[in-house]
Amino acid sequence: METRADAGVLAPEFLRVTGRRKELADTWTLELEPRAEFPFRPGQFNMVYVFGFGEVAISISGDPAAPGKLVHTVRAVGKLTTALCASKAGAQLGIRGPFGTSWPVDEAAGGDVVLVAGGLGLAPLRPAVYRILAEREKFGRVTLLYGARSPETVLYRAELRRWARAGIDVRVTVDAADARWRGNVGVVTRLIDQAAVTAGATAAFVCGPEIMMRFAVSSLTQRGIPTDRISVSMERNMKCAVGFCGHCQYGPEFICRDGPVFPFRRIEHLFRIREL
Amino acid sequence: MAQSGRREPAPAGDICAHRRCTLGYSFRDATLIPHLALPHPGRTAVRMNATSGHHVLPVSRLGDLFSALRSAGWNLAGPRIRDGAIVYDELETAADLPAGWTDEQAPGKYGLKKRGDGALFGYVVGPHSWKKYLFPPTVRMWSATKTADGMEVEVPQPAAPPTAFIGVRACELAAIAVQDKVFLGSGFVDPVYKARRDNIFLVAVNCGQAGGTCFCSSMNTGPKARGGFDIALTEILEDGHRFLLESGSERGERLVALLAAPAASDADRSAADAAVARAVSMMGRTMETSGVKELLQRNYEHPRWDHVAARCLACTNCTMVCPTCFCSTVEDVPNLSLDRSDHVRTWDSCFTSDFSYIHGGSVRPSVKSRYRQWMVHKLSTWHDQFASSGCVGCGRCITWCPTGIDITEEVREIRASDGANT
Repeated sequence: METRADAGVLAPEFLRVTGRRKELADTWTLELEPRAEFPFRPGQFNMVYVFGFGEVAISISGDPAAPGKLVHTVRAVGKLTTALCASKAGAQLGIRGPFGTSWPVDEAAGGDVVLVAGGLGLAPLRPAVYRILAEREKFGRVTLLYGARSPETVLYRAELRRWARAGIDVRVTVDAADARWRGNVGVVTRLIDQAAVTAGATAAFVCGPEIMMRFAVSSLTQRGIPTDRISVSMERNMKCAVGFCGHCQYGPEFICRDGPVFPFRRIEHLFRIREL
Repeated sequence: MAQSGRREPAPAGDICAHRRCTLGYSFRDATLIPHLALPHPGRTAVRMNATSGHHVLPVSRLGDLFSALRSAGWNLAGPRIRDGAIVYDELETAADLPAGWTDEQAPGKYGLKKRGDGALFGYVVGPHSWKKYLFPPTVRMWSATKTADGMEVEVPQPAAPPTAFIGVRACELAAIAVQDKVFLGSGFVDPVYKARRDNIFLVAVNCGQAGGTCFCSSMNTGPKARGGFDIALTEILEDGHRFLLESGSERGERLVALLAAPAASDADRSAADAAVARAVSMMGRTMETSGVKELLQRNYEHPRWDHVAARCLACTNCTMVCPTCFCSTVEDVPNLSLDRSDHVRTWDSCFTSDFSYIHGGSVRPSVKSRYRQWMVHKLSTWHDQFASSGCVGCGRCITWCPTGIDITEEVREIRASDGANT
């Protein structure tokens, strides 16, 4: 790892919000304009600062091939993220990053890819989808299995259709729906059983609540995908993103630095321990 | 101020310009002066050979060491009595040291009492550690200010007053080395820690006694300082109250030379060895460390965690007094006109429920899981992260635990029923 002693590691740079788009009732996508190009790898995150409120770790959800634009999809949960979601075009947000490990997209080339997302877990996977679509021919069968709570909380709805047309087997399920929903109902692991997920040179990227990831990994391994070919993205409280604050520890791992994306095999022994 | 040591009047035009040098003298060797100093011994010290460093200084001349450091521009910080405890604070002279006092420590207990002699370092470690200087409990990291056309970030130049730490125990040198790995040696560098770390002079004291909660022998960190200091003192009380001086760096050796202290005799050296041996024999606690890393990681579900949770108040005392605990949080403090907000870093503790909060709640809602996080980290996963133990055996967490939880006992109990499951 490169050693960085510059103050920029801990202090943000302010960038202007250039676009704000409502995704769901409580979820917004913000576009920011970096001063220079902002290269990142799919799965990495930034510390996003809102004046007077503080910083929060948010995954980058934009296209890694378009580094002239920085995109974050944020759900308004607490005070900080509510203020963040309320940032209109012209507002300035502090950015530190990008930090962390990334989805092993390049390593997956030549084989099939299964992406399993739960809820807002689709946002950190979107850069991986863009990357795959940019060189679709390099991959075998690509499947995106996405579970949302309800039809109203299906994120990136228009894009899901576009991705389906671009050669991804996109399947969506919701936990609960009324009669107007004609799609799948049930947990996302059921989609794993439905879809043509096979072992072999298949890589799986899984992102969502831990309980969902546990069941998804279990289904995937039952399909014969080894745990070192399954990547998961972990989430913990973070204050610094560089391994100083201690908040994101997960057993021996610092999720900010060693993660957030881990080969499942590396954290398999930790995953079953409650309140770790 | 005592004008001792081998200072020479400065040649014309060679008056030291440092603000603390008011005597019109200059040291022959400017590298003793902090703003011109060599990098700290932790990274670039040249180890002295064993015979070069041993001198002896009568107790009456300890003040000369203090004066020499002060004249060279160092502020002095060291042990003194405040509020019924020996804490680290600014020292003016050697007279500020807790002469004739000792401490009594046991799980959940701390008290001072008179010794009946004039020992200046006749106690062990108190509630403070040197991390309060190197990793300050509260520090402004940066501020954001609204300007006419947006926002501006101001990062303060980290304050790093040149400070000589007086009376650093071997376990504390080990603790500083541990925090060096966290803040300087793990890929990113913390600018606040680095600025302060680069501007200290370390005067170690080898322990002549051990406290009731000490277990540095088990952690292989003490009671004798083996390196990472500029000067190490051993206090000898028998046959003349005096100090054995050992230099651990070039600048330490130069300072000792300035004191013109006579070379130590064999008797001095064996008296110093005896003092350290006495500390070893008095060690209040022991911890079996072999395989402790694996032991704890395979006992995450051990029933002992419930046992300790029933006694733990999650008060965070152990993490505050621990010389290696490094966790922090940040708080944004906007001003009343809402045009400036300070980003302030403060010590934090894994014992609070807020520590692990993510949307939806705390990852570690139970006290059991928080104690387990702290102890497994300290003794086990620390090895994975920083290739060393996070525990130096200073015993503070035992002494300052209001319910007297003893980390050495917890390890012993888990080892005794290795593999038990709830």
